[in-house]
Amino acid sequence: MKQGVSPSPSGKEALLVLEDGTSFCGVGFGAVGRVEGEVVFNTGMVGYTELITDPTYKGQILIQTYPLIGNYGVSPDHFESDGPKIEGYVVRDLCRRPSHWTSKMTVDEWLERSGVPGIEGADTRLLTRKVRVHGSMLGVLYTYQGGEVDVDALLEEVKQVSDPNKRDLVSEVATKEVVKHDAGGKFNVVLIDCGVKRSIIRSLIAIGLNVIQVPPTTHAKKILDINPDGVVISNGPGDPKMVPYVTKAVKELVSARIPMFGIGLGNQIVALALGCDTEKLKFGHRGQNHPCLKVGTNQCFMTNQNHGYVVKTDSIAGSGLKVTFINANDRTIEGLAHTKLPISAVQFHPEASPNFATDTQFIFDSFLKTIKAGG
Amino acid sequence: MPKLEHIKSALVIGSGGIVIGQAAEFDYSGSQALKALKEEDVKTILVNPNCATIQTSLKMASKVYLEPITPEVVASIIRKEEPDGIVFSFGGQTALNAAVQLAELGVLKEVGVEVLGTSIETIRITEDRGLFKKAMEEANVPIPASQAVYSVKEALGVAKDIGYPVIVRTAYVLGGGGSGVAYNAKELKSIAGPALVQSLEHQVLIEQYLEHWKEIEYEVMRDRDGNCITIAGMENFDPLGIHTGDSIVVAPIQTLTSHESQMLRSAAIRVVRATKVIGECNIQFGLDPNSERYVAIEVNARMSRSSALASKATGYPLAYIAAKLALGYTLPELVNKVTGVTTACFEPALDYVVIKIPRWDFPKFRGASRRIGSQMKGVGEVMAIARSFEEVLQKAVRELEIGKIGMVGNPDESRPESILKIKKALRYPTDERLFKIVKAIKFGVPIDEIYDLTGIDRWFLYKIKNIVDLEKELRSVSLLEIDEDALALLIRKAKRLGFSDLQVAKCLDMEERWVRRFRKEHGITPSFKIVDTTAAEWPSKTNYCYVTYGDQEDDVDFTPKKRVIVLGAGPIRIGSSVEFDYCTMNTAWALKEEGIDEVIVINNNPETVSTDFDMSDKLYFEEVTLERVLDIVERENPIGVVVSVGGQTPNNLALPLARRGVNLIGTSAESIDGAEDRSKFSSLLDDLGIMQPDWNSVTSLAGAKMFAKAIGYPVLVRPSYVLSGAAMRVAHDEEDLVSYIEGAAKVSPKYPVVISKFIEGAKEIEVDAVSDGENAVIGAIIEHIELAGTHSGDATMVIPTRSLSERVKATVRDYAKRLAKALRIRGPYNIQFIVKGNDVYVIELNLRASRSMPYTSKATGIPLIWLGAKAMLGKSLSGFEGPTKEPIPHVSVKAPTFSFVRIKEADPLLGVEMNSTGEVACIDRDFAGAYIKALVSSGLSVPSAGAPILITVRDEDKSKAVRLAWRLRVLGHPIYATRGTARALKKAGIEDVKVLAKIGAKRENVLDCISKRKVGLVINTPAHGKHGTIRDGYVLRRTAAEYMVPTITQIETADALTRALSRGKSTMTPYSLNEVLRSKVV
Repeated sequence: MKQGVSPSPSGKEALLVLEDGTSFCGVGFGAVGRVEGEVVFNTGMVGYTELITDPTYKGQILIQTYPLIGNYGVSPDHFESDGPKIEGYVVRDLCRRPSHWTSKMTVDEWLERSGVPGIEGADTRLLTRKVRVHGSMLGVLYTYQGGEVDVDALLEEVKQVSDPNKRDLVSEVATKEVVKHDAGGKFNVVLIDCGVKRSIIRSLIAIGLNVIQVPPTTHAKKILDINPDGVVISNGPGDPKMVPYVTKAVKELVSARIPMFGIGLGNQIVALALGCDTEKLKFGHRGQNHPCLKVGTNQCFMTNQNHGYVVKTDSIAGSGLKVTFINANDRTIEGLAHTKLPISAVQFHPEASPNFATDTQFIFDSFLKTIKAGG
Repeated sequence: MPKLEHIKSALVIGSGGIVIGQAAEFDYSGSQALKALKEEDVKTILVNPNCATIQTSLKMASKVYLEPITPEVVASIIRKEEPDGIVFSFGGQTALNAAVQLAELGVLKEVGVEVLGTSIETIRITEDRGLFKKAMEEANVPIPASQAVYSVKEALGVAKDIGYPVIVRTAYVLGGGGSGVAYNAKELKSIAGPALVQSLEHQVLIEQYLEHWKEIEYEVMRDRDGNCITIAGMENFDPLGIHTGDSIVVAPIQTLTSHESQMLRSAAIRVVRATKVIGECNIQFGLDPNSERYVAIEVNARMSRSSALASKATGYPLAYIAAKLALGYTLPELVNKVTGVTTACFEPALDYVVIKIPRWDFPKFRGASRRIGSQMKGVGEVMAIARSFEEVLQKAVRELEIGKIGMVGNPDESRPESILKIKKALRYPTDERLFKIVKAIKFGVPIDEIYDLTGIDRWFLYKIKNIVDLEKELRSVSLLEIDEDALALLIRKAKRLGFSDLQVAKCLDMEERWVRRFRKEHGITPSFKIVDTTAAEWPSKTNYCYVTYGDQEDDVDFTPKKRVIVLGAGPIRIGSSVEFDYCTMNTAWALKEEGIDEVIVINNNPETVSTDFDMSDKLYFEEVTLERVLDIVERENPIGVVVSVGGQTPNNLALPLARRGVNLIGTSAESIDGAEDRSKFSSLLDDLGIMQPDWNSVTSLAGAKMFAKAIGYPVLVRPSYVLSGAAMRVAHDEEDLVSYIEGAAKVSPKYPVVISKFIEGAKEIEVDAVSDGENAVIGAIIEHIELAGTHSGDATMVIPTRSLSERVKATVRDYAKRLAKALRIRGPYNIQFIVKGNDVYVIELNLRASRSMPYTSKATGIPLIWLGAKAMLGKSLSGFEGPTKEPIPHVSVKAPTFSFVRIKEADPLLGVEMNSTGEVACIDRDFAGAYIKALVSSGLSVPSAGAPILITVRDEDKSKAVRLAWRLRVLGHPIYATRGTARALKKAGIEDVKVLAKIGAKRENVLDCISKRKVGLVINTPAHGKHGTIRDGYVLRRTAAEYMVPTITQIETADALTRALSRGKSTMTPYSLNEVLRSKVV
């Protein structure tokens, strides 16, 4: 069914199929091609550039629940990595005449150049409800120009799609070499890059930490050789159990009593390293409005989140960790800290953008304090 | 932290009568607050003289005082009731000012009343520019260069330092009253003078004017533990410089990057933390469209128009939660009412786009300038929800009910207009700017140039262009040549861009019905979605629905139930206000009580209680248009639709709906037609032997002249199907008649004009009643203070009647009963009569709830709307016992509230066109007491002891003027008068009259006297005749309006006032509705 959307100037069309048999025709944009992945949604109403370039989305086809996307165009200043990381993009209404002084191109042009296919005109609310009820699903997005598409064949194909979460996605997006970011500060931290967002690096620099970004495969010994004042384990895509080598390194670092701080996937890896377990959420937390309670207080913070996995609540006992934050809605674990060691982690994203702090900036400040205290 | 257990009772201050800048949003927020407090077993005592509101129902508050919101009266209520706490954040600027004054008087301390929620100290910071500046510096939030000044001279000096253009802003004034943009010293003088007078503190702010910056608003909540969340970010379509109340507003923010949004959001939170707000706060920012420079413009530490909008736009019940926070709860302790499972401490995610468009009513005001700017002039607003910007914009335009079927496809759009004129209209915005943009696009003005002229972001302009382009595509279709599938695709596209069937039909030159049938055959139907605050991330319990095109799935529950749809009133405009919201909601509640499973409300005014998602079983925030009501009826399958409680908007749909087979609940379409079709109604009156003024429907100017001559002047001239006297006029002679018909009206067989005899010197009365088709229950006979000729919406009303003979009253009752039976009325109705001597003429019958029904119900205790709902469902009223004897015999007076100070150049004169924006009603033991209270409530300050009073009246009124001048003399008021009036007064023996020089005279003239506020009251009645005199009167009234000197323009009103004053100093003893009525359901 055609949805009455203005055809893209290039005349592209697109088809999205889900593993539950849902199929949807729309207008195509971005690159021509066929992609597959886990279909997830994000409820943020702004910040599509940041989402598209967030390495955590590796292996995923992203649905924006907010219907009007691309309004302010694209500026590389907002990138969270070197370019788009999503597999495919699903929107309801794509803006082809963006308006902003920072805009360098449209989302359509950008994704075409970056090889990411997109579909416009989808009932994104319907898709979101399906994902909510069914849980995250695998899907195939096919954007094409001219010709016919065999929907039935695609519906067969989608059954064969392999789950990206069974893959080591981290190694696909993380740095392959060591990169140094000098803040001119007194302290050095090693950042184990599992697919880090640029704003995490910026936030660390902003509090005066010199950052040594290392590949996720870096051994603990190598890290200890650098003699860092602290270690940060970054966010990243997929299932934490797919990167046992990071967990192993962190486990070894624990005994070295170095101050450590995990974010996102880093939170899960810290937990695994200390003997806890993780599990998959039904459809994940992806948005900018997730309320988190600081345990033992009546303080509640709005947080930015992007994760499909979570630390199992009943696996904490005996690990030496205590829960520091919980999600105010589903009560899942959002933050951990070790009772004796200088180790802490958060599941949400506390990082700031340039020039202003988020509600949870204090988390970086307290990491700095730990470092200053020498662990 | 748990709630404050020691608060067992709380005084809630309302906002009074509706004026521009303070409308039904405070009925919504006050009602929410009352509900939230009641749930916590807090006894609520409400003070609000706005009798048309829902919050003043005894259903909502434990005790209701229809009393003036002055520090003195509120103080005596506090002393009488001794509440534990006071809540003032839900009654707009009026409540806030009252609270500040009460604190200053020391009453709160004296009685031991705790301020709940945001403190008085915080209010001072947000209202006083100096303190505000300091607080913003501490919060590290930039503000525009500015300085507070206390005189015009000082203002000029500061402006010179800052550099023009500057914007003048006033402190403690609602809706930006008195403010404006000055490009030079001369303009500054003319703005700053009146602004200094209007400000409570006689302080204004001279501020750097940031032309064409974006205006962005945030709604923030903070609890006493310091938790902060932003409920909504909203973007003004119009740039800075146009008051946000007069701006089109969009939610969420559309044209800002994530970085910009986060930057402003965190600044908003810093502001709220720095000012220590507890509850709700609105912050307005200016943002440079070409950099990340921003400034905070204004902070409102209370529920506001924007917060009501944010509530409706997001589904987050701001006022309700704010009231809970005021009671001591914190955000994490509260539950999101929409999902029922998630916390209230979160920020809503929208998966749709919302737009608000203000509704202006300039044509209602004689001589009014249509320019919009930094001072609010809109009387109401609409909101629409959809999943594309084009669709939401077109929906909202239709909801405005200004005769536009959308952004395009309107009759006069293609009329040639010079490019220069169009560009000028873009540069100097008026209420018509949206349509000027369409015109500019059609005439080929480039988007970039439109941006330069308007400062409206190109993103919005391109969206409008999409609509214009599609119209062109539709118009170029040849139905004979186009293939059916291609046409279906095009129509699908049009529907997605918000075209109505009627718009599509106009473009294709077909009938609306054909389009509807065609698209349904091709499966082009809308989706029914819900607002759930979480973008479908969580399951939701709400029935807050909207309809949109371009999607595939419905979220709405259509399981078969016994349903009734009640149509709401749409936007507030002159003549249709919050009273119809009262009627809508009371009908909905009564229907529910009478056994309807699901009562569905359709309405689109974001200010109102009826568009609150948890007030009815199901809410459609939608257009009240034939197309949309049919869409909803087809899916919901109700037993019927109620069209008679939302004013003229739904009433106009009665016949079209009935014709399409929709069952009307209540009076039948034939009966409605029988009352609205003038000839049918006239024959009915003749058959029943009921008198009516002579009238005729004429189709030519010659016919008009002939008929007018035959019945004798003056005559009333009007088109049929009118609401609140639109385009109605009294012609005093043939010259008048000709100039009016030729100048402002059309007369042809297609547009007949109705001429009727205007009976001079007659009284006007009304009846509010309900009937079940057999029996009628008469709520009250209402007497107008002003003579016939003043629109009933502007008249001062009194219950019980004061001067009618028993014989007249009996005739009126008899007519009301016989008409109900003859028209088989089932539901509420209202009849207007003219009485001269013992002759009673019927002038109008409305087969729907009337504007005065909430007043009548609250004056008498008869729940007319509840009885109406029963009657609509076919239940008999025969068992209903009239009002039992009241505990306290009392008089209720209803007075209009005006907003002339806002509408530049409008003549503040009463006539057959309605001009008032709101109403108040007060109760006392006698007329004088109730009348003075009502006048004070309406904002007309009664002259203080010894204040001089200016009298300048037309010849016909001079003898009456003598009588009232005597009374004023006796009361100790010096009399000032213009020459003619002074002569008449002196001749009658009033010696010490100060004669004022006329307008234009070098020495101190009558205008100086007003602008220096040397007089406490102006009594001026307009002359017919010489142009110069008319002009002088206008200038005088306008000056009085600008400088807020109370003015009375009807001799009967002045007479009633002076009589009331003569009764001795009003004691202003407050009486609650609970004390004077037995009924508890009004």
